[in-house]
Amino acid sequence: MSELLKTEICGIKMNTPVLAASGTFGFGEEFENFIDLQKLGGVMVKCITLKPRAGNVGVRITETPGGMLNCIGLENPGVEKFLAEILPRIKNKMNVIVNISGSSVEDYGELAKILDVDGVAAIELNISCPNVKDGGIIFGTDPKAAAAVTAAAKKMTGKPVIVKLSPNVTDVTEIARAVEAAGADIISLINTLMGMEININTWQPTLGNITGGLSGGAIKPVALRMVWQVAQAVGVPIIGMGGIRSASDAVEFLLAGASAVAIGTANFSDPTVTEKIADGLENYLQGRGLENVNEIIGKVK
Amino acid sequence: MQKIFDTEIMSNFEVAEKIFRLEVYSPELAAISRAGQFVQVKVADEFTLRRPLGIASTKNDTIKIFYRVVGKGTQALSKKNFGELLNILGPIGNGFNTDVGGKILLVGGGMGLAPLLCAAEKFNSVDVLIGGKTADEVSFWCDEFAEDVDEIFITTDDGSLGEKGFVTNFLPEVLLVENYSAIFTCGPEIMMRGVALEARAHNLPCFVSFEKRMACGLGACLSCSIDTTRGRKKVCKDGPVFDALDVF
Repeated sequence: MSELLKTEICGIKMNTPVLAASGTFGFGEEFENFIDLQKLGGVMVKCITLKPRAGNVGVRITETPGGMLNCIGLENPGVEKFLAEILPRIKNKMNVIVNISGSSVEDYGELAKILDVDGVAAIELNISCPNVKDGGIIFGTDPKAAAAVTAAAKKMTGKPVIVKLSPNVTDVTEIARAVEAAGADIISLINTLMGMEININTWQPTLGNITGGLSGGAIKPVALRMVWQVAQAVGVPIIGMGGIRSASDAVEFLLAGASAVAIGTANFSDPTVTEKIADGLENYLQGRGLENVNEIIGKVK
Repeated sequence: MQKIFDTEIMSNFEVAEKIFRLEVYSPELAAISRAGQFVQVKVADEFTLRRPLGIASTKNDTIKIFYRVVGKGTQALSKKNFGELLNILGPIGNGFNTDVGGKILLVGGGMGLAPLLCAAEKFNSVDVLIGGKTADEVSFWCDEFAEDVDEIFITTDDGSLGEKGFVTNFLPEVLLVENYSAIFTCGPEIMMRGVALEARAHNLPCFVSFEKRMACGLGACLSCSIDTTRGRKKVCKDGPVFDALDVF
């Protein structure tokens, strides 16, 4: 593995600063036929909750110009099954970052405690899912609630705690500062932007949940702007995500201040895109005569 | 194993109103694909998602696909010409159960006939019951199936070809003709449900092939989850073919 891309964030050793974003990459193993999982900095696995969730009913995705809307609704097997059946299968194949969501502050603390086990590299707090009524985004749009959730998780685990921020707020830096003050080790952003589509033949919303989260290339400029803003506002490392489809997109996020990037929706059309981005990033650094990816982080002029 | 293939378009033309037949050359993909499996077609970079389309034939090192032009993606696909490259991910899904012996009845409506055409090609002894709105919509299917089936039964909504009505109206009569060992069905969910109930009444094994919106096709995005008697299942990975008893 290339020294150019090797990095370490809060003790998590990464072969590359390219990760897979939660909800787009399953539990990582779905992609092993296509890429070398060791070439990823980590996999943020599908969001896990205390109890199994079936997710939302009706249509769950629709393509939009330059992107897509989804309202999966955090379908997952629950933490018990994750620990018993899934984690043992995947823990030696990749840095497993477990994305968690709860419907109360206590849920986040409990999940963080249960997941404080061998094979988990970090916990990512999902306080930004726009598709569930009983959790997620309600904690991500209020600085006090975001801080409370962060503190609850931090108290219960020795693992690095990543807090994933929502773009559906007036001032993302306010939330970023609040979670940093509450002990967040890393901030990841952005989650999806809340959106909607209406079928003009039926006059009904396309999605079963009416609204959904917008992702894909269309949101990249918004994501990049928010990463840049948050990088000015906090001192903790940032994992930047939102519409990244190429190595050049990834370079923009690193220049804006992200220490690593995560790839989401782009995995759907090209399951090899993460590896291509890592390779492209290496070429970029080589071409500039640089020795390590850290030399470009936050270097936007 | 699933792979990504750059395939060459051999033909791509309209066979009925807004229905296109696409053939791509890919010996490896053709060799590993089974009846009931599907592929994820990358139409162009401007589209965020691939399009999941059923495999209708694997003859002559070629993958045959039928699609209806319904939106911008299929519209763009319909403009592609002979010789152009098409990026395809596949084959995906479980396919029809190859252990089934005896005579099989295929029951399909609309684009659901595509994976059944592949079943007709791969299984020894089959009849097909074809349903559609009009003669124009079903006659090309009759031509496609002719080579690989013993008997073709037809229904159209307007009676312009075959029996007037739905396949579910005519199915009981077809089941009197022959002692089938199983039914494979694909098409609108309401049709498949009716076929499954009729099969159950005759104690016939019935396998249904589902269609759902999906993003990855790899079991990762959970767009295509359904409830079954065996718990939550993903149409892309656990299906698209399910035992009717598990889903209806």
